[in-house]
Amino acid sequence: MDSFYWPIVMPSSLHQFIIAAAIVTPFAHIPLFAHKVEAGFPSPADDYIEGRLSLDEHLIQHRDATFFVRAKGHSMMGAGIFDGDLLVVDRSLTPASGDIVIAVLDAELTVKRLVWRDGLVILKPENPDFQEMVLKDGQELQVWGVVTSTTKKFN
Amino acid sequence: MPIALVDCNNFYVSCERAFNPELEGKPVVVLSNNDGCAVARSNEVKALGVKMAEPWFKMEQLAKRHGIIALSSNYALYGDLSARVMSLLSTFSPKQEIYSIDECFLDLDGFDLQSLVAYGQTIRRTIKQYVGIPVCVGIAETKTLAKLANHCAKKRLAGRDGVCDFGRYSDTQLSKLFATIPVNDVWGVGRKISQSLIAMKIETVEDLRTANQTRMRQQFSIVVERTVKELNGISCIELDGTDTPRQQIMVSRSFGQEVSNFDDLAESIAYFASTAAEKLRKDGSVATSLCVFIQTNPFKDKSPQYQRSLIVPMGEPTGDSIKLVNAAIQGLRVIYRVGYSYKKSGVLLMGLQSRDAIQASLFDDAAEQDKSSKLMTLMDTVNQRMGKGSVTIAASGTKRRWSMRRDSKSPDYTTAWDELPIAR
Repeated sequence: MDSFYWPIVMPSSLHQFIIAAAIVTPFAHIPLFAHKVEAGFPSPADDYIEGRLSLDEHLIQHRDATFFVRAKGHSMMGAGIFDGDLLVVDRSLTPASGDIVIAVLDAELTVKRLVWRDGLVILKPENPDFQEMVLKDGQELQVWGVVTSTTKKFN
Repeated sequence: MPIALVDCNNFYVSCERAFNPELEGKPVVVLSNNDGCAVARSNEVKALGVKMAEPWFKMEQLAKRHGIIALSSNYALYGDLSARVMSLLSTFSPKQEIYSIDECFLDLDGFDLQSLVAYGQTIRRTIKQYVGIPVCVGIAETKTLAKLANHCAKKRLAGRDGVCDFGRYSDTQLSKLFATIPVNDVWGVGRKISQSLIAMKIETVEDLRTANQTRMRQQFSIVVERTVKELNGISCIELDGTDTPRQQIMVSRSFGQEVSNFDDLAESIAYFASTAAEKLRKDGSVATSLCVFIQTNPFKDKSPQYQRSLIVPMGEPTGDSIKLVNAAIQGLRVIYRVGYSYKKSGVLLMGLQSRDAIQASLFDDAAEQDKSSKLMTLMDTVNQRMGKGSVTIAASGTKRRWSMRRDSKSPDYTTAWDELPIAR
């Protein structure tokens, strides 16, 4: 049947259908086997598939509020964030002191550690070559999102 | 039964701003396909007097003088952010009706009436924080009133901080308020009807609310009578749109033989879009956006799986096959990936409205509209007489390259790995 492949679209379920299809390009699913596959045998291991591990599931808590951001430069090397890394950013989290955040600075996005110290709000780079930025009195800091992880591809 | 209408403010502009802080506080306009005319305006641009659907060449001088930033439409971005917003909004109510790419109704039946305003504020804060999109919330007893309440919130005629609950106002206060709002701001009152209403001295929302219902039905239609009832708090339009003309038209099919190249897929999409457009016109409706989707065969475990859909906004509501086919193909370009065997594709027309009920402002280019509607009528007549498919849109099979002028499109921040936002 036609509708078998595709969820029947009703106004109320439309959003689900769009979500399902508009997911940020998913990571490949890696099947988890309980036992090693015996070569040459008609795949008895299939019975032992216990579900697949998904990096999406591992790295993303709030799908609708999670965005990917590309790190540029070396200011956060000390935190393990290098030039070209992929940052997973969750906008639903409320930023707390010590969090690595994406903030808006001079109309640009910047990644720094957010620190509250002695009543001051500080954006702290994790690299001694960079200066930390202390917010002046009355200056408002716009936090774009909280960085929850970083990933790096080797090839 | 309280209903909320949640509507994103200047949606496309807000999407652009969410990823480009430079645009904050500056006059920004988003242009339609081929960079033709304004389909979204920031408040700064509205203040300069730029009208909806105004052609770019007409405002170029003004733009230069005031530093208006003009952006081409970025469908991938708007579609993705819309999906996120709608998904989040669905968590605020057991019943949601998505009305268009940037607005939806939420059923608030059974919620504590005293705290609806606070609830509206929570909705507003959440969407702004999670996705970066500012929204307004209108709350009232009927869909028509909820729409109006939203309008009031947006224009700051009533309510506070982007939330307006008519339940917080007395009848006298509402009468006073409605007397200040022109009748064509009412949902479902289009240009034609509002002209006739004004000729009958029904000029404000209050005039229409207190108009004689029987007379309205006789003079116009049951639709206008229903609008009057709805303005009086009598709910006539179900939340799921069950007693209104259909809200969506879907045309899709599974292929006998899986296809993998773009041209074949485009051919099917073009066919589906024009078939859907024909149904649309038969209903006397126009669509505000369309959704194009493609899918591999989920039962073939071994072969690589892929499925994507994309909402393509239409700029102005249209029933024009050419425009719809064009938009569908452009959407397909965004979601198509090489290397998959596709089993199914389809087109879904969304945000359907009655052709007569379109907000007047969108139809400034009346001559163009007229031309297009004549051509479509001709097409439908020929197809009726000579058989289905006698005249079709030459979109496909002809290997035509669909190039769209998109001079200043922003990156696909959320849908392309090599176009992600950058943080230093």
